[in-house]
Amino acid sequence: MSDYNFAYLDEPTKRMIRRAILKGLAIPGYQVPFASREMPMPYGWGTGGVQVTAATLTPSDTLKVIDQGADDTTNAVSIRRFFQRVAGVATTERTAEATVIQTRHRVPETPLSADQILVYQVPIPEPLRFLEPSEVETRKMHALEEYGLMHVKLYEDIARHGEIATSYAYPVQVAGRYVMDPSPIPKFDNPKLESPAIQLFGAGREQRIYALPPYTRAASLDFEDHPFDPSRADHPCALCGATDSYLDEVIVDDEGGRMFVCSDTDYCAGRRAAGHRGTEVAA
Amino acid sequence: MYVAVKGGERAIDNAHAWLAEARRGDTSVADLSLAQVREQLSLAVNRVMAEGALYDPDLAALAIKQARGDLIEAIFLIRAYKTTLPRLGYSRPVETGAMRVMRRVSATFKDVPGGQILGPTFDYTHRLLDFTLAAEGAAPEAAQAEAAAEDLPHVLGYLDREGVIQPEADGGAAPGDLTRAPLELPADRALRLQALARGDEGFLLGLAYSSQRGYGRNHPFVGELRIGAVAVELDIPELGFAVEIGELELTECETVNQFTGSRTQPAQFTRGYGLVFGQSERKAIAMALVDRALRWKELGEEDTGAPVQDEEFVLAHADNIQATGFLEHIKLPHYVDFQSELELVRRLRREAAGASDREAAE
Repeated sequence: MSDYNFAYLDEPTKRMIRRAILKGLAIPGYQVPFASREMPMPYGWGTGGVQVTAATLTPSDTLKVIDQGADDTTNAVSIRRFFQRVAGVATTERTAEATVIQTRHRVPETPLSADQILVYQVPIPEPLRFLEPSEVETRKMHALEEYGLMHVKLYEDIARHGEIATSYAYPVQVAGRYVMDPSPIPKFDNPKLESPAIQLFGAGREQRIYALPPYTRAASLDFEDHPFDPSRADHPCALCGATDSYLDEVIVDDEGGRMFVCSDTDYCAGRRAAGHRGTEVAA
Repeated sequence: MYVAVKGGERAIDNAHAWLAEARRGDTSVADLSLAQVREQLSLAVNRVMAEGALYDPDLAALAIKQARGDLIEAIFLIRAYKTTLPRLGYSRPVETGAMRVMRRVSATFKDVPGGQILGPTFDYTHRLLDFTLAAEGAAPEAAQAEAAAEDLPHVLGYLDREGVIQPEADGGAAPGDLTRAPLELPADRALRLQALARGDEGFLLGLAYSSQRGYGRNHPFVGELRIGAVAVELDIPELGFAVEIGELELTECETVNQFTGSRTQPAQFTRGYGLVFGQSERKAIAMALVDRALRWKELGEEDTGAPVQDEEFVLAHADNIQATGFLEHIKLPHYVDFQSELELVRRLRREAAGASDREAAE
């Protein structure tokens, strides 16, 4: 690792990213433009998260990387290896032992603490993008706190389907001001956005960083008569019996038989180690 | 009993090993040397340097070899490498008027001082497969002539002197740096040109072609297309003067476009500009057309709503590394999001079925 600076990026670049992070923390939910660098993994693979993690890591940190809630998915393995190689930091699969956690599409089930940083990989940081394709326009809408279009979209969902038909990347309003895309986490994870941990969001291709400071209100958008419902598959985990975790559906045979297991592999393994058992596992 | 899928780590290692073997191909065939790529696939090398935004033919050749000839992958390798290089300074603007020209044509004048120089062009070749290349043949040799003693003047300079083409004044402002600051819109012309210079050749070709066919039409003539070598000079603060640090091969295209004038301006020609590393004619011409189309606001033209006139649309989608990354990332696991969609669709279908049952009962 002598051929690269600690955590790959050079120090002036890290300083530039840290400034964006600090600005993001000072204006919760606001998308801070930053001069995103070309990283050695493709855009869409987590270059924003990787840059934020690189600017955040110190040599004494312990890093955990998850994708779809699991530590052993291929892209999580690849990013973890990258930081092992270019930063030489300790890594872990245990949520509680990590000081920095980089994630794609999930918030860990184990509650986070004040000494942890959660870094999200973000594909499209703009919650209004699919209602208004122009960045010039959406920045104006945020500046004017003009979110009527979003409320109309949610209302139309209810009129058409009887409920809000957004199941992931469900928008939140941060500290009563900016509407923010929490990245494509299932809406099940939205209540966990109010957390003692620092949460940082990095979008590399779109050149944006934003943040949720600890204990910041992140209200999932809803209506008084249609309150937000985090929803969850109506099953316990087949491996650990958990009834409070987000579940993956796995097709197990040619007949289309299915089972449901925890998406958070560390949470599931921890419960099994503590003696919890689901229907699929002999005691 | 179900066991959660494991083994991502081993799968990655094996995939990389297989990739390396596949890259090499049949080992009874000689290994490709970087010099061969650099010398004999030089237009591929040029494209990788242009869109990789790093002028280094040897590194581009290495990237092409490593990428198995996938030029966008090679461009990506160059970009990722470029990230790690320190930015020591900015050169002086290169002087294309002092270019050592190997090709220079004008479509607007039959002859110009210095002459039309075709250079090594495909333009008038008949596209017939040359089967003699399939056999290893002798090295062809071309006749040589003395290089012109004087610099070849820019053809558009003649129109400039007459005042029939809009002059391009040097605004004096230092251009921004797209690689050091996030692109904010609206962008000025210098930033737009930077983005186009590293933009995807195919994307720019498509956009430029669309403008020719009527989507944001603005009829262009190639005023001049020149290819050759220019010196790169860097101011050295300790010395107090500029030092020549090397040489680049560039393709420069200036188009002359019709402009009927507006309420405030009499009729005058306008120009589009393209400048690309290496011999990259198609890209340079396309860039000039797109540049010109994007100037509609500055020239008081009508916004016809054509894609090529939409600065945000063009700049946000011209970079092939961004585009291919986001396009291809959808093959990464998305099962958490898909699961939440699956549950939503099942629930909506249940509710819809319930509603139609109730209606039938009524």
